[in-house]
Amino acid sequence: MKTVPIADCVWEIPQSEKPGMRVPARIYASQALLAQMDQGVFEQVTNVACLPGIVRAALCMPDGHWGYGFPIGGVAAFRADTGVISPGGIGFDINCGMRVLRTRLTEAEVRPKLRALVDALFAAVPSGVGAHGFVRLGEDEFREVMREGSGWCVRRGLGWPEDLAATEGGGCLPGADPEQVSARALARGIGQLGTLGSGNHYLEIQVVPPDGIHDPAVARAFGVTGPGQVLVMVHCGSRGFGHQVGTDYLRRFDQAMGAYGITVPDRELACAPFRSPEGQAYFGAMTAAANTAFANRQVITHRVREVLGRVFGRDPRELGLEVVYDVCHNTAKLERHVVDGTPVDLVVHRKGATRAFGPGAPDVPAAYRDVGQPVIIGGSMETGSALLVGTAHAMTETFGSTAHGAGRTMSRAQARKRVRGERLIEDLRARGIVVRAASTSGVAEEAGFAYKDLAEVVEVIQRLDVSRKVVSLRPIGNIKG
Amino acid sequence: MGRYVFLDSIAVADCAMEVEGEDLDDLFATAARAVAELMVDPTTVRCSIERDVQLAAPSLDLLLFDWLSELIFLKDSEQLVFPDVEVRVSGEAPCRLAARLRGEALDRTRTTLRADPKAVTFHLFALEPRDGGWRARVVIDI
Repeated sequence: MKTVPIADCVWEIPQSEKPGMRVPARIYASQALLAQMDQGVFEQVTNVACLPGIVRAALCMPDGHWGYGFPIGGVAAFRADTGVISPGGIGFDINCGMRVLRTRLTEAEVRPKLRALVDALFAAVPSGVGAHGFVRLGEDEFREVMREGSGWCVRRGLGWPEDLAATEGGGCLPGADPEQVSARALARGIGQLGTLGSGNHYLEIQVVPPDGIHDPAVARAFGVTGPGQVLVMVHCGSRGFGHQVGTDYLRRFDQAMGAYGITVPDRELACAPFRSPEGQAYFGAMTAAANTAFANRQVITHRVREVLGRVFGRDPRELGLEVVYDVCHNTAKLERHVVDGTPVDLVVHRKGATRAFGPGAPDVPAAYRDVGQPVIIGGSMETGSALLVGTAHAMTETFGSTAHGAGRTMSRAQARKRVRGERLIEDLRARGIVVRAASTSGVAEEAGFAYKDLAEVVEVIQRLDVSRKVVSLRPIGNIKG
Repeated sequence: MGRYVFLDSIAVADCAMEVEGEDLDDLFATAARAVAELMVDPTTVRCSIERDVQLAAPSLDLLLFDWLSELIFLKDSEQLVFPDVEVRVSGEAPCRLAARLRGEALDRTRTTLRADPKAVTFHLFALEPRDGGWRARVVIDI
């Protein structure tokens, strides 16, 4: 497929390249990252460009890889009045996202207790197939979680009030409608609050390395004070509840599209007009799942505070276990962006992509409004992660969006063939990284060699000025599903 | 007896599989065994619980989608996995399925856990007659 370089790290696939494209497709990548992208990325991003109501271009971030429907790393904005909403542009793991907590602990203090800490976190935060959490909910209470998100947790003593301001959308996106959620979704998710899941989800103890502070002023604003500081990162989503909402509506849209005269180049891109009854029902159910994902990460935060308090024999507040930020990866949000000089209401789909609003944006919490929104880029358990900050340029270039991680280059099956999970856990231990996992084969699937080079992804988004590097983080303890 | 293979080269973050069966009953049962093997080592699961499932769908491929989605649903809602499956499929519209499942609720002290599937996708989804039998391709989101 023809890719035309139009600026540094920006490649455009013209509208003429595939019948049905309504806008061009745009891939953000260095030459090296572009060469690593599988053919699926090019097919899928140009398929997205065919959907009704899409604005400006179908985008793929530098960590993009072959997904289903949209590529992972896909961003697309549709007019709220005439465009569509597509479950395939959000993913089944609705509001899969990242949360980072800072601490006042140093690596020197944590190292001697690292094994005990990882074991205690593994016991406190259930992971793996069919895991159930400790929060027991009735159906009406679960509907309250869907409406209130993290706020429900704080009301129930499972969080601190200030956690809410440090969460995208305050931990509760508007428009959740539990009435649009099926009984099956409810049954599937009601017992899973506070669980990690499997796949690429993790809970990680991280340290700022000696050369890890890239922007001291912004790092200070994020509460990151210097090398040796310990942080805790959580990557997970809405669990079976969101997965079932996605399944229910993919199935429903697959049947409903014909009534709206919509045809799509890939069945996984099933969609409905945003303003249609089906579109609004999905938006209400999807937002309910997004709020449940915030609540899930909030309950895990509560468990992390309990565990660290117990292991170090100190009050979690004394340990400074505050949320730096919590960002969504898989959502569609109603946002107003300037298009051709006019503010327009858009349904911005981000699938494996992070919101990256710049300084001054009203949706950025007051504590960060002068510097921009914290962006959390999760790497593999071997290569480390990064904190970045959103920019004003992202607002005009990518609808305020950036990458979400390193991005896979190798399938799970290929990774399993290259290394055994037990061997990898042993190798990591020798390198000072303690891993506990519900599934050892799952560890092999997440090996560092299965991912792109995180530094290259971060370098590209910095060159694009859609976010700027603030802090690098290196893992010392990892809990995997 | 049907067979299945997990495909290495497509849908890098997920699990793609190709399933073959002598007939529809065999294909649906084999696909169910593949999903069980994706979630757990089936040799570490005892078949102490029986469950009957009946489904109907407007087409055969949607019946397969619903069938595999049902197995994923049972894994989360009741922590049940079923390595042993018998299925009867009626291809007359509306297509119907009656299945008897044997397995157990996950016992984390002795069951070897693998991946936790999220959903069946329509990505490259196909069910077709082939060489006197049936073949399906399914990508499952992990």
